[in-house]
Amino acid sequence: MGLLDKQFNNSNVIITSMDNLLNWARLSSMWPMQFGLACCAIEMMATGASHYDLDRFGIFFRASPRQTDVMIVAGTVTLKMATRIKKLYDQMAEPRYVLSMGSCANCGGPYWEHGYHVLKGVDRVIPVDVYVPGCPPRPEALLEGIMKLQEKIRSESLVKKTA
Amino acid sequence: MTEIITPPIKSSIGRTVRTEEMLLNMGPQHPSMHGVLRLELVIDGEIVVDVVPQIGYLHRCFEKHAESMTNYQQVVPYVDRMDYCAAMNMDFGYVIAVEKLLGIKVPERVEYIRVIMAELQRIASHLIAAGTYGLDIGAWTPFLYMFRDRERILDLYEMTCGARLLYNYMWVGGVSHDLPPGFIDKAKDFCKYFRPKIEEYNNLLSFNEIFIKRTANVGVLPADVAIAYGVSGPVLRGSGVNFDLRRDDLYSIYNRFEWEPQIGKGEMGTVGDCWDRYIVRIREMEQSINIVEQALNQIPDGDVASAIPKRIRPNPGDVYARTESARGELGFYVVSDGSGKPFRVKGRSPCFVHLSVLPEISRGSMIADMIAIAGSLDIVLGEVDR
Repeated sequence: MGLLDKQFNNSNVIITSMDNLLNWARLSSMWPMQFGLACCAIEMMATGASHYDLDRFGIFFRASPRQTDVMIVAGTVTLKMATRIKKLYDQMAEPRYVLSMGSCANCGGPYWEHGYHVLKGVDRVIPVDVYVPGCPPRPEALLEGIMKLQEKIRSESLVKKTA
Repeated sequence: MTEIITPPIKSSIGRTVRTEEMLLNMGPQHPSMHGVLRLELVIDGEIVVDVVPQIGYLHRCFEKHAESMTNYQQVVPYVDRMDYCAAMNMDFGYVIAVEKLLGIKVPERVEYIRVIMAELQRIASHLIAAGTYGLDIGAWTPFLYMFRDRERILDLYEMTCGARLLYNYMWVGGVSHDLPPGFIDKAKDFCKYFRPKIEEYNNLLSFNEIFIKRTANVGVLPADVAIAYGVSGPVLRGSGVNFDLRRDDLYSIYNRFEWEPQIGKGEMGTVGDCWDRYIVRIREMEQSINIVEQALNQIPDGDVASAIPKRIRPNPGDVYARTESARGELGFYVVSDGSGKPFRVKGRSPCFVHLSVLPEISRGSMIADMIAIAGSLDIVLGEVDR
């Protein structure tokens, strides 16, 4: 993730201060892609609209993958769509995160058994950071997922982790 | 698609400029596409020469699931997920088809509950349609206002069946839960709250000069073309055809209420333009509120579960039942082979038909108007691809 990430062997006061600054900046302005696939997209819109208001987390939907940090995969990923999702993910600039919203994106959801045209989980084509369960997840669940992602970003470091 | 190479033209600076048509893909990831739809546009400069909608990005194998389930009731959640903006209307269509196949009659109270739920859902769906339509054209505020009011409808649903978006509420022969205590008062409060809001939307969006300029005289769909393509619902009524299945092919108890189908009259431009289709939805919300209010006043007491059959095993045969969903004529063709699960369920989706009329009405328009035209048809891709 990023040019500097995991490039340093030891942490010192400069590196950790840098960590804090970078992580704070990243987690307070996560811009997701304005991109809905199916039912969950309606709940995503409801989360972004007046009642639940994603703006207070510094989240604004951006239309182009080049400007986004987070991809919220909201809905059923079909085989025809999977290649497009991979392409969109590749177009995003690093550091980039993926939030898989809803059962369909997690594992195929209600279409897991007979869905011959449904990808059984978006993690088969792109790496996923946070899974939000539900069919569709409530806006509160999506907010929880976003906060989990913020927690994850908060714990990132420029220091190379030793095994 | 044939490639037409136009002859070189002389430009004003004296050099010859060769012009040619260009193929432009719009979607599947496009901020103004309602769902995952790809439009192949053939454009000549800014003019759209041809449009080919490419669908199938959300094909979720509905028919396969319908014939793979173990009984008729299990199909309802998949029906929900076809048109996720108006799940109650979808449930309504499916259970009416199966009840017609079984030949059962549901109790009075269930009929009223279903009508109340379906009409509230129609309002919620039209709120999404109108809100995102404004968003597409560049008006952000109406979207926030409409989603604020939509949340109130979702609260009503939540207290009834616990779900916000996909309900699995209408069952064959009844509904899953009776109305909870306090629902009727809360729903009446909502009607009182919502009526003045329509005026607010009109002031904000409908009669906004910029909005009218973007939508009036754009994407005109004449009545004869609409009928020839089999268009239905608000799109058909926007073209000035007074046809509503709730009145013209009566189902449930819609004849007990006083309401009027709304039609486009070409107030801002031509009959059947984008503005007409939009305003039909706004005015339909008012009519739906009328129906809900009357139904809330008339609703009788009773048991809602008495007609739910223990085992659903219809005689061999087939049935087609059509209802007016929020988007148009929603039909379900159900074939029974006498066993406990459907042999085949085919959904007749209004959005699929509306999508087929898109090339017809967008040829010759400007490329920026494509958004206005596609948005005014109010397409939900879950229903197109099924």
